[in-house]
Amino acid sequence: MKEFLVVDNLSKTFKLSAKQRKIEKTESKRKVAVNGLSFSAREGEIFGLLGPNGAGKTTTLRILATLIKPDSGDAFLNGKSILENPGEIRRKIGFLTSELKLEEFFTPNYLFNFFSALHGIEPERRDRRRKELFGIFGIDDFAEVKVSAMSSGMKQKTSLAISVVHDPGFIIFDEPTNGLDVLTARVVTDFLAALKAEGKTVILSTHIFSLVEKLCDRVGVIIDGEMMRCGALAEVKAGRDMEDVFFDIYREKKGEIA
Amino acid sequence: MRNIGTVIKKEFARFFGDKRLLFTSCIMPGLMIYVIYSIMGGAISTMINCDADYVPQAYVAYMPDSVRNFFEGEGVILESVAPSDAEAIISRIADKDADICVVFPEKFERETADYDVLAANGKPAPNVEVYYNSSSPPSSDMYGKVMAALDGYEKSIANKFDVNRPEGEAGGGYDLATDKDVSGRVLSSVLPLLLIIFLYSGCLAIAPESIAGEKERGTIATLLVTPIKRSELAIGKIISITVIALLCGLSSSLGTLLSMPKLLGAGGTGELGIQAFYAPRDYALLVIVILSTILVIISLISLTSAYAKTVREASLIASPLMLAVMLAGVSGMFGTESRAAYYLIPIYNSVHSMRGILAFDYLPLNAATTALSNLGYALAGGFALARMFDSERIVFTR
Ligand SMILES: Nc1ncnc2c1ncn2[C@@H]1O[C@H](COP(=O)(O)OP(=O)(O)O)[C@@H](O)[C@H]1O
Ligand SMILES: [Mg+2]
Repeated sequence: MKEFLVVDNLSKTFKLSAKQRKIEKTESKRKVAVNGLSFSAREGEIFGLLGPNGAGKTTTLRILATLIKPDSGDAFLNGKSILENPGEIRRKIGFLTSELKLEEFFTPNYLFNFFSALHGIEPERRDRRRKELFGIFGIDDFAEVKVSAMSSGMKQKTSLAISVVHDPGFIIFDEPTNGLDVLTARVVTDFLAALKAEGKTVILSTHIFSLVEKLCDRVGVIIDGEMMRCGALAEVKAGRDMEDVFFDIYREKKGEIA
Repeated sequence: MRNIGTVIKKEFARFFGDKRLLFTSCIMPGLMIYVIYSIMGGAISTMINCDADYVPQAYVAYMPDSVRNFFEGEGVILESVAPSDAEAIISRIADKDADICVVFPEKFERETADYDVLAANGKPAPNVEVYYNSSSPPSSDMYGKVMAALDGYEKSIANKFDVNRPEGEAGGGYDLATDKDVSGRVLSSVLPLLLIIFLYSGCLAIAPESIAGEKERGTIATLLVTPIKRSELAIGKIISITVIALLCGLSSSLGTLLSMPKLLGAGGTGELGIQAFYAPRDYALLVIVILSTILVIISLISLTSAYAKTVREASLIASPLMLAVMLAGVSGMFGTESRAAYYLIPIYNSVHSMRGILAFDYLPLNAATTALSNLGYALAGGFALARMFDSERIVFTR
């Protein structure tokens, strides 16, 4: 299968403010969040970036979504550099995280139209797409309700629908089920499976082993911004439990578990 | 380009859809100004006409019988004097010792009866001279009434005479005010600083919400994963904030304009008040200065908002900034410095220019320096803002 996304030696270091140093309990003025990261994801597959908190997953995905720039390295979507064509890349990707919020003042209908306009989607296609997505997520009854008046599950579903207004071929999903109740989490995982069935490419990050085992075709284990192991799920697991495999890798990198 | 329009539409939908925001940031300031100024105007006018039964010192020479009724209809009582005394009275009006003096042509009734517009052949119609002093409220008041009476009379005899013809004997100098200052000074001393305060708080109600608010709530990141360019987002934001702030400025200005007659016309010169005072050029300059000031204030607060992580932080930074703005404003209020270079200092220049224009004491060059330098600062601020939107800090900060 074709390598749809190629990540090549990405690095990102953050400067830490005095306040951040206090929170992170460190003297160092810099934090290496991503350190020479390389991997690739194949078309029509779900790639899982697995790692503990602070491993650099979010930073990596933000770089891929062109929200922040790497200090060095690059990534190529279908052969196109994300650094050289950020606008074009954003046209082709959908990016979802629980930190991306919708303006509470507006209704799903308004926001759907607004984001469709930013993606340059004609009204006719937009309305077809709305019918489809609002149906999948059960938003129809809430289409004219302000986001501020919706439950958090409903907000998440609306975000989901809006992040794929443009029917992207490549979807980036940071901690897809974090903070969701079980029902909404189920809607999300079903949606990811459906995307894969449609032939889309998905890259997600998580610290939940079962999610990787259930959904992913390939997995990359990331610790301290470095890629420790990367390959097909079965290959990485080698017949064992994902959790056990992960902690072996973790011990290998950090010594004993703190 | 289209994305800029989309952003602007969204910002407008947000602002105009929120009745409370619209009211507190746009409508209330204008209303407040109107109420405050009207009360102030009332207070000033009672201060000036302290005794209610003030008898105006009003005089007339050669009063024709046919006109008397019209004067009585307006409640104008004029004391007849000999024409030879008029000279002395006129100089008393200039000193505000007397209020008004009307001088009819000696044979007014016959001249008007004989006057035929068509047959006149450029021969001027009889001219009635009305001497008054616009800087004295009772005099302005009487002037209004006398004009109303003469107007009524003139209509009744089909426009056969003139009042205060510019090329008449007095050469246009019927208004004997040596200083229009009185009212101008009142205005110029209260208006500029108040206006700055209202403009500043108006902008403060809009810009931090629109910029720092979107950062704080994480909605800006949602926007930035669409194909929109960051500069487009910045421009869209600046334009919509500017338009909204201008509307709010308009509301403040409207409140000011509507209350001006009350502020100026201490004693009922009402409608006459402003028109008689400021020339169209003064108004135009005033508006230009105000608009350029709004632009400066917007870029200041927008930059603050882009720097801050939360709305709270933005307003926190904006308060010492407000103090600095007030300081510049106050020094503009009392500063006597009129060298051109000083008109390059933002806010100081605005207040100084507004004060000058309102007090009839300004150099057009300085007003232009003010407007142009403000425009320059606003442009620089806009560029800086676009740069800030390009940095990562605009999306995720910790
Ligand atoms: N904007 C930032 N400023 C400073 N440090 C940051 C910033 N973003 C992330 N970091 C740091 O980089 C490291 C990786 O963070 P992140 O990518 O969020 O990890 P993960 O998503 O895997 O939990 C963490 O130590 C985090 O504190
Ligand atoms: Mg994370």
